[in-house]
Amino acid sequence: MTKFIIILLSAVFINNYVLSRFLGICPFLGVSKKLDSATGMSLAVIFVMLMATAATWPIQMYLLNPNGLGYLQTIVFILVIAALVQLVEIVLKRYIPALHKSLGVYLPLITTNCAVLGVTILNIDEGYTFAEAMVNSLGSGLGFFLAMVMFSGVRSKLEGADIPKNFQGLPITLIAASITSLSFMGFGGVIENLFA
Amino acid sequence: MTKLQNFSKGLIRENPVLVLILGTCPTLATSTGVESALGMGVAATVVLLCSNIVISALRRVIPDKVRIPCYIVLIAGFVTMVQMLVKAFAPALDKSLGIYLPLIVVNCIILGRAEMFANKNGVIDSAVDALGMGAGFTLALFLMAAIREVFGSGTFLGVEIPVLAQNNISILTMAPGGFFVFGLLIAAVNKFGKEKPKKKEFGCAGCPSAALCHGNNCAKEENND
Repeated sequence: MTKFIIILLSAVFINNYVLSRFLGICPFLGVSKKLDSATGMSLAVIFVMLMATAATWPIQMYLLNPNGLGYLQTIVFILVIAALVQLVEIVLKRYIPALHKSLGVYLPLITTNCAVLGVTILNIDEGYTFAEAMVNSLGSGLGFFLAMVMFSGVRSKLEGADIPKNFQGLPITLIAASITSLSFMGFGGVIENLFA
Repeated sequence: MTKLQNFSKGLIRENPVLVLILGTCPTLATSTGVESALGMGVAATVVLLCSNIVISALRRVIPDKVRIPCYIVLIAGFVTMVQMLVKAFAPALDKSLGIYLPLIVVNCIILGRAEMFANKNGVIDSAVDALGMGAGFTLALFLMAAIREVFGSGTFLGVEIPVLAQNNISILTMAPGGFFVFGLLIAAVNKFGKEKPKKKEFGCAGCPSAALCHGNNCAKEENND
């Protein structure tokens, strides 16, 4: 049990996907302008990360590895994720139109989001069991959510600020991201010592 | 446009990282040291060159409706090849790039150039465009990595620099430093770039995945404004 908690908390805080691993920077900078779109995007990411892990982990362990096809990992994973996202979109549109309306626009973008491909590959690289992999994906998704929501708050403060001309737009956003990321560095070492 | 202009536009005027703001993830992640940055740049350039050539050669064969999945499969194939080559011949580089090597598949620069250039232009033009963009990507990575390595760890390509090695700002090699240096570089491009800095927002317009969502997302974002 403790192991799961450690995996979850370190995925959320220490190895935060956006702020310390630099995965999924595009949506982090692009969709974090408004709180509601930030929330929608991150919920879609959590959802797709869990689905993708549930699909790719068994494929790697029971299909690719026993047949010596481990090198096909990249191709197979990206195809599985792309197909999965399409499938999820169709199913949501048909059966849960309300959810499709709020998450739907973000789903196609997630196919090329490196955080999703990243989490599926890292789960294999770290040698997690299926349950650990799922917990890690959940934690990574939650970490993405936390970073997005926090950062959309920071950005709403930036809107009215008087920023030097050359720093307007992306540069000041990146510097704000740098400070947000600095605050996450404070978590380093906390989780391990908590359960030591 | 001559071949030379086609090549040089990727270097400065349309630099994929600093002007088009594509491929931010690998730029931030692999620019902690000059060596890994150059490795990443070369690996991505090779994939970009191969994918641009093949996509441009097949541009009349691939049906328009399923072009994105086709491009992704082609790109993933080339990434796998590069991955195997790096694993075999440069294991140290493989270690330092780690997960970012397979993640070249989802690097927006590669899909972006396929979508914006290779499917409309001939093979030679696409190859030149790929080389230019790849060189621009490598240049931007090199700049960032040089700043971060020289001031962050006080070394350059692993060689110690006398005064800086004792007074290094180690935060620059960590995650916050990546964002910070990238922000400063883009501000510098805004300042010294030839064109007036238009109030550039990072949004759907420059995103190659815009074709995937048919601009739905941008419409939503704009409505919110």
